[in-house]
Amino acid sequence: MGASQTRTEKYQDLADKTGFSLEQIENLHKRFQRLSDNEETISREQLDSIPSLANNPIRKQIIEAFFDKRNQHQNEVGSCEEIGFEQFLMVMSHFRPPSLKTTEEEKEAMRKEKLHFLFNMHDTDNDGTITLVEYRKVVEELLSKSGDIEQETVKAIADAAMLEVASTNVPHMAPDEFYEGITFEHFQQILKGLEMETRMHIRFLDVDTPTLRCGKSSS
Amino acid sequence: MAELRLARRSSSLPLTGLMGVVLLVFVFVASASRDVVSENNKTWRDPAGETRGDSHHQTNSTAHKKAFPVLSFNYEHVKKPFEISLWILLALLMKLGFHIIPGVQNIVPESCLLIGVGLLVGGIIKAIGGEAPVLDTKLFFLYLLPPIILDAGYFLPIRPFTENMGTILVFAVVGTLWNTFFIGGMIFAVCRLEGGQLAGVDPLSCLLFGTIVSAVDPVAVLAVFEEIHINELLHILVFGESLLNDAVTVVLYHLFEEFTHEGTVTVVDAVLGVVCFFVVSLGGILVGAIYGVLGAFTSRFTSHTRVIEPLFVFLYSYMAYLSAEVFHLSGIMSLIACGVVMRPYVEANVSHKSYTTIKYFLKMWSSVSETLIFIFLGVSTVAGPHAWNWTFVIVTVVLCLVSRVLGVIGLTYIINKFRIVKLTKKDQFIVAYGGLRGAIAFSLGFLLTNSKMKNMFLTAIITVIFFTVIVQGMTIRPLVELLAVKKKKESKRSINEEIHTQFLDHLLTGIEDICGHYGHHHWKDKLNRFNKAYVKKWLIAGERSTEPQLISFYNKMEMKQAMMLVESGSAAKLPTIVSSVSMQNIQPRGPARHRAIPSISKSREQEIRKILRANLQKTRQRLRSYSRHDLMIDPFEDNVSEVRFRRQRVEMERRMSHYLTVPANRQETPPVRKVCFESEHKVYTYDDSKSPLGRTAEPDPSPPDAVSLLNESSQRANQSSEHRAKRNDELRAKVPDEKEEQDQLKLSRCLSDPGPNKEEDLS
Repeated sequence: MGASQTRTEKYQDLADKTGFSLEQIENLHKRFQRLSDNEETISREQLDSIPSLANNPIRKQIIEAFFDKRNQHQNEVGSCEEIGFEQFLMVMSHFRPPSLKTTEEEKEAMRKEKLHFLFNMHDTDNDGTITLVEYRKVVEELLSKSGDIEQETVKAIADAAMLEVASTNVPHMAPDEFYEGITFEHFQQILKGLEMETRMHIRFLDVDTPTLRCGKSSS
Repeated sequence: MAELRLARRSSSLPLTGLMGVVLLVFVFVASASRDVVSENNKTWRDPAGETRGDSHHQTNSTAHKKAFPVLSFNYEHVKKPFEISLWILLALLMKLGFHIIPGVQNIVPESCLLIGVGLLVGGIIKAIGGEAPVLDTKLFFLYLLPPIILDAGYFLPIRPFTENMGTILVFAVVGTLWNTFFIGGMIFAVCRLEGGQLAGVDPLSCLLFGTIVSAVDPVAVLAVFEEIHINELLHILVFGESLLNDAVTVVLYHLFEEFTHEGTVTVVDAVLGVVCFFVVSLGGILVGAIYGVLGAFTSRFTSHTRVIEPLFVFLYSYMAYLSAEVFHLSGIMSLIACGVVMRPYVEANVSHKSYTTIKYFLKMWSSVSETLIFIFLGVSTVAGPHAWNWTFVIVTVVLCLVSRVLGVIGLTYIINKFRIVKLTKKDQFIVAYGGLRGAIAFSLGFLLTNSKMKNMFLTAIITVIFFTVIVQGMTIRPLVELLAVKKKKESKRSINEEIHTQFLDHLLTGIEDICGHYGHHHWKDKLNRFNKAYVKKWLIAGERSTEPQLISFYNKMEMKQAMMLVESGSAAKLPTIVSSVSMQNIQPRGPARHRAIPSISKSREQEIRKILRANLQKTRQRLRSYSRHDLMIDPFEDNVSEVRFRRQRVEMERRMSHYLTVPANRQETPPVRKVCFESEHKVYTYDDSKSPLGRTAEPDPSPPDAVSLLNESSQRANQSSEHRAKRNDELRAKVPDEKEEQDQLKLSRCLSDPGPNKEEDLS
């Protein structure tokens, strides 16, 4: 009796922090325990072993994002070796959709948070900018599962994209100025049109359904 | 088309009469033989012709030697196509007129104006005493509707459509059913209450009427929504609904019509009706998909006969529509399915020119069809038999509005429980207000066989159509402004957005996998992988079948830029230079170690310059002989790799020269090297208008090297700023490398040739 009460309290605590509902937290907890073999923490290898992730070209980046301390909203940098349920939830909370009641400011804040998550995924060396090398890596990873791609093509695409960011944000540069990298503001600027708060979300289940849930969920 | 001819002949009375009079004058002056002419004039009842026919007949009887007919008049021969062409021409001239008159466009949507013109023409014809043509059902469904639907289906934005598929289906199916039964039921109740003229209306007729009048019409929605540029979500919701409700309408219509003949309805019939719905919709989609796959497969082999490529697209789609209509399946859904399935593969296979042709022909045909439909609607209103009944009409209009609003609110309440991004009240209002009725309702009404109620029904249908198109069409724009509904974002897709959209897709799929449930992204990803692994191999020709999407997007963009360069180059226009950022600004500055390269010797430099100059002079544009069956091999298309190759060469050169840069020299370079990169509508251009043109022959080893080379090339072409492919501005201190020389030569060749025949000279 006492144990379940503290658990509900703990869930309530987490719900306040992350914004999930209690049912959603319970479902995620079940999933967490399945992934971690009923341990308290999850390691990279355990996430890596999810079979359906095998086909994902950016698998490594996704897994890395879970262990990235910057996504924990605690102003720390670096990465952990293992994460607990709370950190797991914090990362997942980036993918919550806006509800009918979210105000415009909240939507803006949400968008910024999501964009920051994406930014952190690209900025692997934590220096606050996405350099050309890092951007090239992004494109390379994206194309990694599509057969043999020439390095030249990857470079061309990444360069073109970088050039576009530079020219949109800093239109007039003298020939010997150097564009260091994409800062977060520039990143926000170029992805302005995508409306992240309505695109970057997944459905979190309220009801407990078995993993093999078939059929499209209508959106 | 028999009734069409009949109708049309008398309708063109005033117009052809005028032309006939003019021609008559010619004939009389020429005094040619009346032989040929008289026979053809026997059936022409035009008053001017009648007298002439008589006189000719008389002349014939007094047979004397006939002179050779220098000029004769034979109208019957071309009558039908002539009249059809004349109608279409008039319709398009009207459309043109509206766009020329300033200010009209902003207040009144085009569809209203066209209906107005139709009313006017119908009025004139009636005033003269002729018989106005009516919108023939067969003409409408077989010739006028398919182009519009094909255009809509081929260019359907797939992503928002599939993302909102559930919502759209609910609105289309449940919404239409609700509308039908509500309107039908309430009309019946009102008729019963009213009594009198309306007492004889039976419930099934009412339900049939409800079916006809409750379907949202794609033509009207397209016509109105096109002009208000509303955001993508709302547009696809209303438009998708108008397309998908065709299945429901078809089933209900045939169902109720059968029932009115039968007289009784049983439960079995109702069940069969439900089954019929699934058969109609899924069958239609299947038929369309089959034809789509066939079309895609055919396009795989058309690389040698590019001229007929667009025809395959049109014909396969039209066949899909007709085949579906044969079995009473939903033709609209079949057409949409065909276009959607065919498009990605066809676009990968056909040439750029064919793609443009397909696009423009579809737009053209759908535009013509739409114009004709609205004009005919106006004319038919004047012409048709009317039975005006105040109660019936007013009740119908009010009920349409009420049921639409109630339906949308109720359904949204349910849908929002399942949607992630909910529909707000503003969205609901626009969806409700955008439920316009149009010509489909009219044509279906025309098909009614029960003539007792038909006229009354038709009148009511026309009133509803007019009300929705005119009143709602005109007011929706100010309302959209008033409510500050989000508009469509105008900017074109940039490569960054593409990269990040794909990244996001993979990210969300990954997160879903980690969460453990199979959601929307999971299935989409599976479909994509299946598509890539199996389908693309079969349906796409050559090596493009294995090209990942990002790369094809990038290639498409490059091609667009190159095309724009060529176009702007030949027009010698100066594009606005938006940004002065060039590749050198973003390349990581190499460390000093790369700087220690000796500068090029003077003699070597002279040699290079001589070679370049020689090559610049050699290349000229060649004329090509033109053959009707053979399109000019479009260099940008068949040699995409060439373009890419060249660009990469330029890139490499630039990078290398960047490392070779001696910083001290750079300050002397006139700060005019502006190379800007625009994603889709900007141009990679080089502007050296400021650099003095006279410095060509100076043997100046430092910076002007590059300047002079470029000046030479600029002199070759137009005097004003040149728009060439990307140009490296540090083309100087080069390590005398065989490969680089070749690069330079290639580059200069491409620089010197201003036309699209650039690739000719490249080996």
